Amino acid sequence: MALPIEEIKKLITSSIPDASIEIKDLMGDNNHYSAIIKSKMFNGLSRIDQHKLVYKSLKGRMGNELHALSIVTEEK
Amino acid sequence: MEIKEKIKNLINANDVCLFMKGTPDAPQCGFSMAVSNALKHLKVNFNGINVLEDENLRQGIKEFSDWPTIPQLYIKSEFIGGCDIVKEMFEKGDLKTLLEEKKLI
Repeated sequence: MALPIEEIKKLITSSIPDASIEIKDLMGDNNHYSAIIKSKMFNGLSRIDQHKLVYKSLKGRMGNELHALSIVTEEK
Repeated sequence: MEIKEKIKNLINANDVCLFMKGTPDAPQCGFSMAVSNALKHLKVNFNGINVLEDENLRQGIKEFSDWPTIPQLYIKSEFIGGCDIVKEMFEKGDLKTLLEEKKLI
C-alpha cells in the first residue's frame, strides 16, 4: 500500500496550516518517504510532541499504509 | 497481567529498553536496526524487546506512549523517541550525553 506525496502534504497541512513541507520519495516507489516539516506550531514543543503533531495529522495512517516516513521537524 | 502493567514493569526493570521488530542480533526492520546499531555503537547495555513475538505488546506499546511506530526507546523509564529522533540525537551527540548524564556509559 502506498500514499502519494500530494496526499501526505494535504493531510499534514489540514492540521498544520502554516507547514512548509519537503518530501522526498527515497526509493521512487511511493512507499519510502522522508519529510522535512517546518511550522510555528512546533515552537517550544519537545521533539516528541512535534512528531506527535505530524503523526496525528496523518490520522492513523502512520504505522499502517504509511510504513516508511521519516520525519525531521523544525521550528519557524 | 494487563499489557500496560507489563510495559511499565519492562521499562522500570531495564535502564535502556528498546521495543523493536526482531532482536538486536537479528533486526527485522531497518528502523529497528538503526536504533539498535546506535546503541551498540555507544556500547551501552540495553534490552531489546521483540514486539513481533507478542501482538498485544505490539499494539499496547503504541497506546502506552501515544506513538504510532516501532522502534521506541526508553531510558530510565522515560520515552525518548522513535527512529528519527534517536537518529538525530545520535548524530548530534545528544544521545551519548544523555547516557553519560544517566551514568549508563
